[in-house]
Amino acid sequence: MAVSTAQTTPPRQTSDRAAQLRRRRYAADRRLKFFGLAAIVTAIALLGILLGSLILTGYQAFVQTHVTIEVAIDPELVDRDNPASGNYRAVVADAVQRLFPEADDPAVLQEGSRIVTNGAQVILRNMVVGNPGLVGTTFSLQVPVSDPYDQLTKGVIQRDSPENRRRLNDAQISLYETLEERGLIETRANWALLFNADSRFPELAGLSGAIVGSFYALLVCFLISFPMGIAAAIYLEEFAPKNRWTDIVEVNINNLAAVPSIVFGLLGLAVFIQLFGLPRSAPLVGGMVLSLMTLPTIIIVTRAALKAVPPSIREAALGVGASKHEVILHHVLPLAIPGILTGTIIGLAQALGETAPLLLIGMNAFLTSPPGGIMEPATALPTQIFIWADSPERGFVARTSAAILVLLGFLITMNAIAIYLRARLERRW
Amino acid sequence: MTGYLFLAILLFSLTAFYVGRSAGNGFVTANGRNVHSRPIYHGAFAAIWVGVPTLILVLLWLLLEDSVIEQLLVASLPASLTDGASPAQISLIVSEIRNVASGRIFSEPSPEIVAAAERYASWGMIARWAMVVVALCAMALALFLARTRMAPQFRARQAFERTLTIMMVFSATAAILVTLGIVVSLTYESLLFFSMVPPTEFFFGLNWEPQIAIRDDQVAGTGAFGAVPVFTGTLLIASIALLVAVPLGLMSAIYLAEFADARVRGVIKPILEILAGVPTVVYGFFAVLTVAPAVRDAGSLFGIAISPNSALAAGAVMGIMILPFISSLSDDAIQAVPRAMRDGSLAMGATKGETITRVLLPAALPGIVGGILLAASRAIGETMIVVMAAGLTANLTANPLEGVTTVTVQIVTLLIGDTSFDNPKTLSAFALGLVLFVVTLCLNVLALRIVQKYRERYE
Repeated sequence: MAVSTAQTTPPRQTSDRAAQLRRRRYAADRRLKFFGLAAIVTAIALLGILLGSLILTGYQAFVQTHVTIEVAIDPELVDRDNPASGNYRAVVADAVQRLFPEADDPAVLQEGSRIVTNGAQVILRNMVVGNPGLVGTTFSLQVPVSDPYDQLTKGVIQRDSPENRRRLNDAQISLYETLEERGLIETRANWALLFNADSRFPELAGLSGAIVGSFYALLVCFLISFPMGIAAAIYLEEFAPKNRWTDIVEVNINNLAAVPSIVFGLLGLAVFIQLFGLPRSAPLVGGMVLSLMTLPTIIIVTRAALKAVPPSIREAALGVGASKHEVILHHVLPLAIPGILTGTIIGLAQALGETAPLLLIGMNAFLTSPPGGIMEPATALPTQIFIWADSPERGFVARTSAAILVLLGFLITMNAIAIYLRARLERRW
Repeated sequence: MTGYLFLAILLFSLTAFYVGRSAGNGFVTANGRNVHSRPIYHGAFAAIWVGVPTLILVLLWLLLEDSVIEQLLVASLPASLTDGASPAQISLIVSEIRNVASGRIFSEPSPEIVAAAERYASWGMIARWAMVVVALCAMALALFLARTRMAPQFRARQAFERTLTIMMVFSATAAILVTLGIVVSLTYESLLFFSMVPPTEFFFGLNWEPQIAIRDDQVAGTGAFGAVPVFTGTLLIASIALLVAVPLGLMSAIYLAEFADARVRGVIKPILEILAGVPTVVYGFFAVLTVAPAVRDAGSLFGIAISPNSALAAGAVMGIMILPFISSLSDDAIQAVPRAMRDGSLAMGATKGETITRVLLPAALPGIVGGILLAASRAIGETMIVVMAAGLTANLTANPLEGVTTVTVQIVTLLIGDTSFDNPKTLSAFALGLVLFVVTLCLNVLALRIVQKYRERYE
């Protein structure tokens, strides 16, 4: 009975000093916990600021202000039989004249023509070349407004700020406002961001070239690193004798995974481009460089997946007379495939975000059309982000953030697929 | 055309597979059970011997074709063009010929160039067709040889498996070849550099002005290749990054490992891992867009002038990037401390905090140090954040408010755009790359050693 009382009563305070000491120790405990929590909150807040600032600046680039112009394709200016070489500059000038019917001052018209994007002639030309029946007709068409007016509509350029502090003066703004009052200005989804190639004009610049380039580079990367990675992993895990040589290979693969990416770029430049004479800026070279970086990742995940297949499977197959190769090809590898695929997708997602080696092999060129194949010059999504981040025009700030959001969207999709595959297909033994 | 050739190789291999398999089937019907390999292995044997050697042949051909044609082209140029021309001039002529051959004519080319361009185009055509013919012949020959070897007693399975093993060994060796390629190419170009600039100047010089003229008419610096300010700049930014990341990472690891319950852990760990998955170009843009202006504004609040590309902004963002490495590696190290040590300390009446600081951290220290070293190696080799947010001019200073440059920034700025491999400006990038490779390799090997040694002690 005496023993149980001693257990349930709280420990008696022997002295004030001891109580003080205990309080201090508990306080130190709480402090440590608080610091830990503070560190985590800080880290998550930093992630929040990162994503928040990108979304805040980037969401505006997903819409684009358009102006409706009335275009008359004059057969005198554009030949129906040879629409590619028409005088579209004059057609656009005529459309601007129709936009401001009451204006007769050439200076006003000149200002007015700056509202319409610089690329309007190219848009028209492509339309008419695609459909020569348009020659001689008059139709209305929505074209993007040029970057300063787009920024004005989106509120980046504030109308109430002092005139000498903004890119547009009062006369330009009032001219634009007459169009707004007539209901010719409309803001709608900016599909050009995904379907146009790069351009000097922010209102026309898009990511299609970069997306196609990244796709080709990742395709090459996959075709090289997936088969080679699996073959190397099977050899190291299942066949290799345990000796000095295979030890060296193992250490080497682990180290290769930690080599700075820019060193792979130097290798690509010195060997693929300088020594082998492969073309600069080509997705082929980009994919080859990326595959060197993905290879160690795939080898490591494949070995882990092979290791996870229980030995009983191997023994059962060997027991009924399968050869070692048959055991692996018919039984172990099919069971390990979900793990391998998951790791491969994650490795490819890393390769998609890689920038530095692609800069060194020249995949940061300015190109206004998507690449037609793996040997043609191209950009990739991350290098396109780098190019836009370097551009001085205000419109490119929003577009860079938007491009980053598109890149992050691809990365999240790839990782989600990997997580889904893991949850769906992977077996626990 | 090359694409169709690859398709043809695939189709040919498939055909070979069916030919081999039907041969195998024939053996089975004729000899009953007295056949060594199953028909499918006869097919696989034929397919692998038709497909793989031809594929290697075609890839080698494509790789070497261009340089062989170029050499023939240079040899065939009239002496009036090549006499006394430097290699750079010859490569200019060759690229002009290429441009003319592909129809990109900028100025009126001389008749010699036009003739050479015609030769170039026709040789390219001949080479392509020769490749197709050779590949088709090789495949037919391989199929014929494979078919003649097939017999009821032919050990097709062993032959097929042996080939498979050879391919696997080759793939495993490729990883070694990559390392070898890095070492050899960096060393080769660095040796070229050191034959122009003495190593003592590179390693001990205090002045870095590599933007020298490549062409005679360019206005540029006189050239100085003392890399010390570049190295100190790299160390400065990496230390700022570690100063940000180590306390935050270690504290979050302690909280996650010891205080958080499983549910909180399950939510927070993946969130921290997102930080590790963000591409570095995104961090770079974040540094330029948000952090650098914020740092500047904070500085002007206290009346301090801060450079727009201060080491502080770049280092702080880099710290965010390496934070997840430190937190997850420290977390692993703390978790790996045996249960008995933790329980023993708690049983002696120590509080949770005392257990962490007096028992767990000392025991996990090697793992944590290994993690920090790995993070340091990442910080030194990181490129995009510093390319976008740090400075371009080498500045020998320890002041984090000024702009400094790093090894990786210099490599990128020296190699972006046109590069020719015969001047110290381009080659110095490779010397910097070699230093970077060696330093990060040492850090990685050291970190892995520490982590492994410590793991063995507890297992």
